[in-house]
Amino acid sequence: MLELLISGLLILIKLVLIFGVVLGLAAYLVLAERKILGRMQMRPGPNRTGPCGLIQPLADLIKLLSKEDFMPADADKLVYLFAPGLTALVALLTFAVVPFSPPLHIFGRELPMVVCDLNVGVLYFLAFSSLAVYGVVLGGWASGSKYALIGSIRALSQLVSYELAMGLAIAPVIMAARSFSLTDIVMAQKQLPFILTQPLGFLIFVVCIFAESKRTPFDMPEAENEIVAGFHTEYSGMRFGLFFVGEYINLVILGSMTTVFFLGGWHGPLLPPIVWFAGKALFVAFVFIWVRGSQPRLRYDQLMNIGWKVLLPLGLLNLLVTGAALLWMNG
Amino acid sequence: MGLWRDISGTWKPMWITLRYLFRKPVTIEYPEQKRTPPPRYRAQLILTRDPEGKERCVACYLCSAACPVDCISLQAAEDADGRRYAAWFRINFARCIFCGLCTEACPTLAIQTSIHYEICKRDPLSLVFEKEDLLVDHGGKDKFYNFYKHAGIGVCKPRGGGDGEYGPVDVKDLLP
Ligand code: SF4
Ligand code: SF4
Repeated sequence: MLELLISGLLILIKLVLIFGVVLGLAAYLVLAERKILGRMQMRPGPNRTGPCGLIQPLADLIKLLSKEDFMPADADKLVYLFAPGLTALVALLTFAVVPFSPPLHIFGRELPMVVCDLNVGVLYFLAFSSLAVYGVVLGGWASGSKYALIGSIRALSQLVSYELAMGLAIAPVIMAARSFSLTDIVMAQKQLPFILTQPLGFLIFVVCIFAESKRTPFDMPEAENEIVAGFHTEYSGMRFGLFFVGEYINLVILGSMTTVFFLGGWHGPLLPPIVWFAGKALFVAFVFIWVRGSQPRLRYDQLMNIGWKVLLPLGLLNLLVTGAALLWMNG
Repeated sequence: MGLWRDISGTWKPMWITLRYLFRKPVTIEYPEQKRTPPPRYRAQLILTRDPEGKERCVACYLCSAACPVDCISLQAAEDADGRRYAAWFRINFARCIFCGLCTEACPTLAIQTSIHYEICKRDPLSLVFEKEDLLVDHGGKDKFYNFYKHAGIGVCKPRGGGDGEYGPVDVKDLLP
């Protein structure tokens, strides 16, 4: 009984910790993005609120909360209200399976540094990343606006087509690690991270997560100069904020997932594992921001062409080659 | 070849932005750093004085007429010696678009643009500048021009005594 209570308590503590850390990270990623983009354009970025603009997220929050919460007349009320929350929630839930560091040993008990070490963690991640589409699509559909609808349809087709290539990019990793569990996948990279053994898979995966995150150069769902603001055209105030936060939580997620699948997870010399993990995940987030500062938006047909005609066949090829190599190595 | 071009075209901008990441921003951070605008900058309007220190404005209403947004209003008055001046002169800077047309229209160079750009106020009514706010004690961009030296009504006595002027024509002697 006591044992059960303690485990429950520990899980709760971990949940709260992760919740806090991820939300804080998301808030400060927004700031980091604005700062980095600013520096890339030779301007300082936000630096007015607090030292170096460090309480800018708070100011943004106040601004979003105090804006008028507007609902268009044609909106499907219920769906309109809960779509933004869905996006953020789904993004947050994915964190349940991310292993941050090897199990800790405290007071004689083993404490896994993951909320829930699912043996099908990869499937859980893939499932939730496709669920993330729902928030976007429902939001755009429920707004009762053409532009929002076009944005959400674009998001839908984009996410669906890249989901496929992403699965194919991860499949060789699963084959090499011989497990669907994210912890096992990280363990399998003790000697060599998969980015070295699976460079092609890594490239496909990276392109896919760019599409998955709906960011430049694949930000067609939000293409401001073609379809106003895409799926969140009709959203204002904190509801828009939820979409926004969802995007940045997603950034953290995708960063962690890249770390887990290809960058060797928490493995690294000298520094404690958790630092390695956070460093790698944040580096991926930085690359996201960097690309946003450098690349122009693709055309929609180009996006679809790359997804279906390039990434998918390459992914299949990679799968075949990996399978053959594994067979050959095992005799 | 096309593929290679695409790949290098993808990497080049990344490299450029990365380099710029470590450059110093060129931004002028306004409230702390202020710069002096060039002399021809068109900010707040001023009413200047002639080299003798007298008001240049002869209250001819030309600026008021030229103003596209009608933000200048004034009232003409006359001194004992016949010199005209503005009894009151008002510019509503909440409406002014700083086009400078009034300064173009002014025959006496009285109204001029200045480089004083910090005139924003929270209350729009406090943007209505009266003559006391507008009048300065210098000649602005042209320190030496003196309108009454060239032409004037009743100031240069006898008439026609100004620089480059001749006396009044006796219209009667042109009669047949
Ligand atoms: S600058 Fe233009 S708008 Fe302003 S007072 Fe002169 S004429 Fe009017
Ligand atoms: S145009 Fe010049 S002289 Fe005439 S009223 Fe305006 S400021 Fe005075």
